[in-house]
Amino acid sequence: MKEKKSLKAWVQSDKVNRKLCIFAFMLVPVALLVVFTYIPFFKMIGFSFYDMKYIGDREFVGLQNYIEVFTRKDCFQALKLSLYYIVASFVQLALALYFASVLSFKVRGSGVFKGLMFFPYLVCGIAVGFIFKFFYTRGFVFDTVLQWCGFNLEQLPYWLKDTSINNISVAATSVWRYMGQGMVMFIGAIMSVDASLYEAGDIDGANSFQKFIYIILPNIKTIIVLNMILSITGSLSVFEPPYVITGGDFGTGTYFVIMNKLAHESQKVGLASAMAVVLLILIMIATLIQKGIEKYYFGIGDTESIREIRKRKKRMAMAGKGGTR
Amino acid sequence: MLKAKRSIIAVLKYITLIFGAFVSVLPIVVCVITAFKTPEEYASTNVMALPQSWAYFENFIQAWSQADMGVAFRNSIIILVCVLAGSIMTGSMLAYVLSRFKFKGNGLVRNMFLFASLLPGIAMQVSVYQIMYSLGWINFLPGYIIMMCGTDIISIYIFIQFFENIPDSLDESAIMDGCTYFGVFFRILFPLLKPAIVTVMILKGVGVYNEYYTANLYLQDKNRLVTVATSLFKFTGPLGNQYNYICAGVIITMVPALIVFILCQKQIYGGLAAGAVKG
Repeated sequence: MKEKKSLKAWVQSDKVNRKLCIFAFMLVPVALLVVFTYIPFFKMIGFSFYDMKYIGDREFVGLQNYIEVFTRKDCFQALKLSLYYIVASFVQLALALYFASVLSFKVRGSGVFKGLMFFPYLVCGIAVGFIFKFFYTRGFVFDTVLQWCGFNLEQLPYWLKDTSINNISVAATSVWRYMGQGMVMFIGAIMSVDASLYEAGDIDGANSFQKFIYIILPNIKTIIVLNMILSITGSLSVFEPPYVITGGDFGTGTYFVIMNKLAHESQKVGLASAMAVVLLILIMIATLIQKGIEKYYFGIGDTESIREIRKRKKRMAMAGKGGTR
Repeated sequence: MLKAKRSIIAVLKYITLIFGAFVSVLPIVVCVITAFKTPEEYASTNVMALPQSWAYFENFIQAWSQADMGVAFRNSIIILVCVLAGSIMTGSMLAYVLSRFKFKGNGLVRNMFLFASLLPGIAMQVSVYQIMYSLGWINFLPGYIIMMCGTDIISIYIFIQFFENIPDSLDESAIMDGCTYFGVFFRILFPLLKPAIVTVMILKGVGVYNEYYTANLYLQDKNRLVTVATSLFKFTGPLGNQYNYICAGVIITMVPALIVFILCQKQIYGGLAAGAVKG
């Protein structure tokens, strides 16, 4: 009895309780992180030096896989397709910003417009794939709409097969799917702008356009720039739109679509791992540059941005010079 | 003059809004139209022509049975509930420890999660697949659920951010009253987390319900372990051109999302805005 009580007291003592709590609460999440992120990560780096399949023998080939990534026609070349998606994501951000600012002023039926434009975000990827396969099929939805607008069916390209246009068609679907999400995010940012600024604008007789340029834009600049930068790393790793719509055929295979094919269809696990490692390095570099830009322009958390600090130092130096003379 | 200019701008504004909404719904509306057409109608009329009857449900019945939607919904609900419960519990517990205690390794763990968030999920699947395979977790629902809980990083950030806005004095006074650290978490802080939990449920829920790639990769037994997202996969191959069935199937998968959207619009918008600010 006494023994038990002292055990209880021991557990309840602050120091032990604290340690126990830290240990118990961290055990599961950290174990999951290690098993499903870090072990695969290091294994992947290991795999990239072997010629191997998931099952069976493996053979050490050194840097051969990396050489192949850069020399094979289908691998590294596929990164060029990222440009389409970078452009698409800029278009998407511009549209989202436009609709967000329009909808954050008084608009009749704004809830309905917002809802309709947002809903595509909730449609699952494979459904989006089917919807757009149907949408772009010869003589179906898109062609019919264009015919209403006076286009001749004969002059229209095959949206998903014609290699001069199909990447634009596929990238457009991701604009369709994610524009509403960006819009909702920007509306949230615009709503968090101090309302008294708008009132002040109203008193000064500013119109909506002026309010946008002088009040909204400067206040949500940070989130816009961050999203622009994020869209670049996002565009390097595009996977779903081409995977579900064209399966990567007709020259729409992005880097990851090709990597996926190599890994799970051709079972060239080593080569696929090397591709993943190469892209990871690219993403790391891009992220480091991003962080640098962020730190320079906006600061991190409470620390001031480097640009501000420099400006102030310059000003102080100037003032100091002025004072001595 | 000024008034005329203003009203022109207003008209332009509504035109762009209507155009935006039109483009957003057109692909879906055409699917709805097609889903109500009989096979003869589908073959003979233009895709944009309205169906003769809005009470023709044969396509939906066919799609439901061909794609095993009953099983799919059951599996998806199981996965959704377990993954949400799992990642909310593990995420909030970890966030509590990281935001409340200073100890050796706190920074290390934070950085480990931060670094993990940089790794693109698709790339990792090349080697995660090998791990799942060696654990014998291919075609094993609990294994899939555990993997889905483990690869979640956003929720941890949302929880950490939320904890940092709850004053420490709350924990301290509870400790003074003889509460253990476990008690502080479960009795005092966890109930306060409600708004953050809603945010996580929305962000994570949309992702899990719509997850297609990993479901397809790890739940390959399509008779037993089909999910709502992968059920549509049945329509590729020989059924690939029967868009009247496909569209019906697509509509069926969208209905739950639509219902949730109508019921929790506010929370969804709020959750997205909150999740986005943190990136």
